[in-house]
Amino acid sequence: MEHSGFRILWREIVRDKLALISLIFFMMMVAFVFGISLFLDESEIVTVDLFAIHEPPSSQFWLGTDYGGRDVFGQLIIGTRNSLSIGILVTLISGIVGITMGVVSGYFGGTVDNILMRILDFFMILPTLMIVIVFVSIVPNYGVMSFSLIMSVFLWMGIARLIRSKALQEKELDYVNASKTAGSSHLKIIFKQVLPNISSLIIVTMTLNLAANIGLESGLSFLGFGFPESTPSLGTLVSYARNPQTLEYRWWIWLPASLLILILMLSINNVGQALKRATDAKQRRG
Amino acid sequence: MWTFTFRRVLIMIPQILLLSIVIFFLAKMMPGDALTGLIDPNIGPEAIEAQREKLGLNDPWHVQYWNWITNLFQGDLGQSFQHKLPVTEIINQRLWNTFWLSVLTLILTYLIAIPLGLISGRYNDTISDRIITGYTYIGFAAPVFIFALLMLFIFGFQLGWFPTGGSVTPGTVPGTWSFFLSKVYHMLLPALSMALITTVSTVQYLRSEIIDTKQKDFVLLARSKGVSETRIYRKHIFRNSLLPIAAFFGYEISGLIGGSIFIENIFSYPGIGQLFLSSLMQRDTSVVTALVLLFGIASILGTLISDLILSIVDPRIRMK
Repeated sequence: MEHSGFRILWREIVRDKLALISLIFFMMMVAFVFGISLFLDESEIVTVDLFAIHEPPSSQFWLGTDYGGRDVFGQLIIGTRNSLSIGILVTLISGIVGITMGVVSGYFGGTVDNILMRILDFFMILPTLMIVIVFVSIVPNYGVMSFSLIMSVFLWMGIARLIRSKALQEKELDYVNASKTAGSSHLKIIFKQVLPNISSLIIVTMTLNLAANIGLESGLSFLGFGFPESTPSLGTLVSYARNPQTLEYRWWIWLPASLLILILMLSINNVGQALKRATDAKQRRG
Repeated sequence: MWTFTFRRVLIMIPQILLLSIVIFFLAKMMPGDALTGLIDPNIGPEAIEAQREKLGLNDPWHVQYWNWITNLFQGDLGQSFQHKLPVTEIINQRLWNTFWLSVLTLILTYLIAIPLGLISGRYNDTISDRIITGYTYIGFAAPVFIFALLMLFIFGFQLGWFPTGGSVTPGTVPGTWSFFLSKVYHMLLPALSMALITTVSTVQYLRSEIIDTKQKDFVLLARSKGVSETRIYRKHIFRNSLLPIAAFFGYEISGLIGGSIFIENIFSYPGIGQLFLSSLMQRDTSVVTALVLLFGIASILGTLISDLILSIVDPRIRMK
């Protein structure tokens, strides 16, 4: 009984062929990218080589080179790894903040709820994308961690709202009252009972958020407000297409990265949608 | 109704106030201030200091904020040091380009969403519904900027059907018919690229709304009275499903703002999204501040419009 929630999620994915293929593809992609990048010499890939500028794909450069003579295929692998890492990190940080805020707000209610929700309302009215862009341009030097933190500050609200409304429902249920009467502490009730009961919802939201965050990170890098060229992400490669010459004549630089972002986001979304169906008994297939 | 409207409008005042405070501090944190571009390298540090004093840059923050916000209410957003022009003038030049692009995008969004939603809701689980649902799956996942790049690559460069940048053909005279046509022609591909993505959520919503409505009792009653199927859909189901969709248009505004930053950048379309990025790169603080404030207020207003329409459509919302 204990893990029946997870079993339902898993069963739904297996029933939905597209989601299963997407999940396998995503897993293979992660293993492949993180595995191969162990053997790649990163500093050599991002070093400018003026004798090999804009070379079309060949046996030496599988996907040609960019305007600095850097191997596009190597950048694609490293870029995918960086984009995935940031996406996962942002999803985790914003998820933890959002879940904490949501659970505390919903479980305790009253004044605590009121204060936390006013803070949330405040973040909701900010024009997120623009503020993140301005922030990134203010911070002089940032790494993967600080970049992820900046993004997370403005991305926890959706999940917090969702978890709060769910926690509000849960705390009215008898099992919570029974635990309270039996003398369990609030922390114990939250961690041992409320959270496990909303875990499938958390997994669904985090999966869908992961896709959105990868999209947002590559979007920021595309606009030039992500990482410097020495730390390529998928968005960096796409951003070379802002040069019309590159867009028109050198597809090998930007097209593979664009398609990869598209496929990655599609496959994560497919898994997410299948999981979402599993949490709603009316829509379940299996 | 009026109390709800009044209360809802009242909430906006602290919202806009908070927004302005955040933006004020962001502007303070940005490197360079109103003086950066004006400094003549031959002037000594004492003169600069005197100038700072005169401009009020040494005042405590609440005095500076007060000065900024009162100027704001008088329509004075400061001076752009990059363009040496008042900020309002620079924004005004670009604002209308973005406004018309957004209007066209909204029109296209609904032009695409309504027929697709109707077809896939009415004939659910048929081949055409599957195709439309598949499209919404892809559109839901695809980031706007990737899709727009692909559109520009295919229809702008490879096929050459559309112009690849700008907002009007150089040399056309403003006010003439050909000027208008050229404007629309330049907007068409950017607007279509954005609309094809933003329309997806409306299609999905309309579809599930129609599937819900068509099982309701009043539809059954109409059918048993012998009303024709076309009439049932046109008069009964469509009308009931359309109102909530209409209400969403206010929420779309914040999405359009985010999208316009990408779209204008990709299609080199001279609107305020592009102005925002270029001002940020050139550290033109006063323009950036004004634009973030403008976009913030626009999306607060958008939410207000949607909330009000929704409260008319669904009176239960007013109870909150």
